[in-house]
Amino acid sequence: MIRKSFLSLLAFCFAGTASAEWALNMPKGITDLSVETYNIHMMVFWWCVAIGIVVFGVMIVSLFRHRKSQGVKPATFSHSTSAEVIWTIIPVVILMLIAIPVAETMIKLEDSRDPDISIVVTAYQWKWHYKYQDEGIDFYSSLARPSLEARRKESGIDPNTVDNYLRDVDRPVVVPRDAKVRLLLTSNDVVHSWYVPELAIKKDTIPGIVNEAWFKAKEVGTYRGQCAELCGKDHGYMPIVVEVVEPDAYRAWVDARKESAPKVASNQ
Amino acid sequence: MSGMTTRHGPAKGIGRWLFSTNHKDIGTMYLVFSLVMFFVGGAMAMVIRSELAIPGLQFVHPEFYNSMTTMHALIMIFGGVMPAFVGLANWMIPLMIGAPDMALPRMNNWSFWILPVAFGILLSTLLMPGGAPAGGWTMYPPLVLQTGDAFPYLIFSIHLMGISSIMGAINVIVTIINMRAPDMTLLKMPMFVWTWLITAYLLIAVMPVLAGAVTMLLTDQFFGTSFFLAAGGGDPVMFQHIFWFFGHPEVYIMILPAFGVVSEIIPTFSRKKLFGHDSMVYAAASIAFLSFIVWAHHMFTVGMPLSGQLFFMFATMLIAVPTGVKVFNWVATMWRGAMTFETPMLFSLAFVFLFTIGGFSGLMLAAAPADIQYHDTYFVVAHFHYVLVPGSIFAIMAAVYYWLPKWTGHMYNETLGKTHFWASTIFVNLTFFPMHFLGLAGMPRRIPDYSTQFTDFNTVASIGAIGFGLSQLIFVLVIVTAWKGSKATDRVWEGSHGLEWTVPSPAPYHTFETPPKARIANEAFE
Repeated sequence: MIRKSFLSLLAFCFAGTASAEWALNMPKGITDLSVETYNIHMMVFWWCVAIGIVVFGVMIVSLFRHRKSQGVKPATFSHSTSAEVIWTIIPVVILMLIAIPVAETMIKLEDSRDPDISIVVTAYQWKWHYKYQDEGIDFYSSLARPSLEARRKESGIDPNTVDNYLRDVDRPVVVPRDAKVRLLLTSNDVVHSWYVPELAIKKDTIPGIVNEAWFKAKEVGTYRGQCAELCGKDHGYMPIVVEVVEPDAYRAWVDARKESAPKVASNQ
Repeated sequence: MSGMTTRHGPAKGIGRWLFSTNHKDIGTMYLVFSLVMFFVGGAMAMVIRSELAIPGLQFVHPEFYNSMTTMHALIMIFGGVMPAFVGLANWMIPLMIGAPDMALPRMNNWSFWILPVAFGILLSTLLMPGGAPAGGWTMYPPLVLQTGDAFPYLIFSIHLMGISSIMGAINVIVTIINMRAPDMTLLKMPMFVWTWLITAYLLIAVMPVLAGAVTMLLTDQFFGTSFFLAAGGGDPVMFQHIFWFFGHPEVYIMILPAFGVVSEIIPTFSRKKLFGHDSMVYAAASIAFLSFIVWAHHMFTVGMPLSGQLFFMFATMLIAVPTGVKVFNWVATMWRGAMTFETPMLFSLAFVFLFTIGGFSGLMLAAAPADIQYHDTYFVVAHFHYVLVPGSIFAIMAAVYYWLPKWTGHMYNETLGKTHFWASTIFVNLTFFPMHFLGLAGMPRRIPDYSTQFTDFNTVASIGAIGFGLSQLIFVLVIVTAWKGSKATDRVWEGSHGLEWTVPSPAPYHTFETPPKARIANEAFE
């Protein structure tokens, strides 16, 4: 009874976590793989809860019943080969149950073949550069002006009055819904990491190396993240904004960008 | 030439400490040094948590904030936790195995006295142009090469810490292998001695690796090499591989002696022998072995081949098996015992609970796709602080309470001790538990300011941190009043067992000048 209500309490805590404040759990995200990642996270979590209930349960019972003040005489046993074999084998079985589905997801994560769109992401201290390979579009994306002003020490601006404080950029990445987007990530200076929780992507951008990541967004919307690898003094001020739009809107955006883009930029 | 005093007692004045070759004096110096560093590193944590209490920058600039996180880690790891365990090893290993001193007493003096120099150098970088190192304690290139004048001092101080650790480790191994009481076979050794023996081998294996890695950073910076510089054909990721080949065994260096401490204390206060002594030894050895083949689980986001990711994931998950054996054995030790709850026992029980929670988040982190979400967020910060603070540090505190009467000859104030325990336990959870939620919501590590949706849990964590910091003043109070308590008996605790309890309290300056009789050693072991 107690256990059941405890479980439902936990389930309640981890269910309705869409609201931003006091958020308790990982977002499910908007790609098939982000949902799979979420499911893996929850599966391992529930295994931990189950193991915890058993181990802590036994321990708590012991703490109450086997105390000197209860007048108990200590037992004298000091080993049991069968018990030790059992509690070595059971964890091995649990680990195998965990490892198999996880490995399946990992294989999918690495499959970046046949993308619809490829974007080269180059990290700089402290901004991002995006280049749409097939469209000849490229631009820098850095912290939006209102956050930039409010972030300074003694700026006199309350961060709570700034929309999406530190999570807004001047030029977001725009991608169409349901398209397979491949990111080719590298860096111009130090190691950074491109991280958007809703896409379940965190990939290091490393000078001299091109890393790959991919996603296929299922839902239109604005998704925010930021640099996840310490990259110097403005590491906290390198947000990422991805706008997922309908395919038509994406085409229109591409055309508009091409119009407005100065010719020199295509050399980048 | 003053006869008895110079032969049997400590030297007078500062010379007693500067030139000491006595394992007890050196152990004391290690422990005091570690406590000082614990407060220095703790003060830096207070700066970090103050800045993070609410969004916006209130106290420090981002570069100094990064220096604080970097220095906090280096000081707590190399100056707080590791020297504390070396101090306990110095004090207790000779007493527990019936040896008169450490095997290499002059080297022992060196191992200690290098440390204040190393940390003097490291702390002096706070005053240098360009500030203290701010590239993270992991020192990833190319970022770390942007450090100002502090850079060579950082490398040199790490070299010194490594030399100190290696010498300490050699001393522990030689002492344990050669100086055990007659009839104390390896498998009869107390768990604390066992875990330290394994730890010492880990230290000797990996500290030179760290020294090599930071030396390559040094030559990349000053001598034109390109080990880690892409522009010269080097590979920044190679540093991460080398660093974590050191770094992962390093985390077990900080936890194995803690396992040993807890394995001493729980049987004492359960009035029952440690359950599965031999399997505890094998479990510790397995953990040590596995620690060498899991390093790249710190690097699931660097773009490793799939086969590499799978290998490191499976190997990492395996660590849960021997770690589980240890936890189950502790619980089995308590089962049907006759427990009492003095302060050392309270800290040890909290260790078992809270270290296990850190172990659970460790298992979650092992699942590579989920790790990609957790990596470099506060979830990881929560995880490693759970295994290090209510893990390693609680074990160190448990050890201090446990053996303090043996060191001072007096019982500490139990009420103060329990107050310290409850305050620490409540605040440590208040500090670090909310960080799990922050990480899952996507707040990265090592940022001085954050988006406003992270405000609530950060405020809670900051309140917890200030509380935890202040609670440690009680610990100091317990220690400075430790000489005022009632006289301690030789056995100190009703359920205590082992050779260290056969010598008087306080332990005389020289103990076991002749090895204990095999019979006594055996009885003490039983």
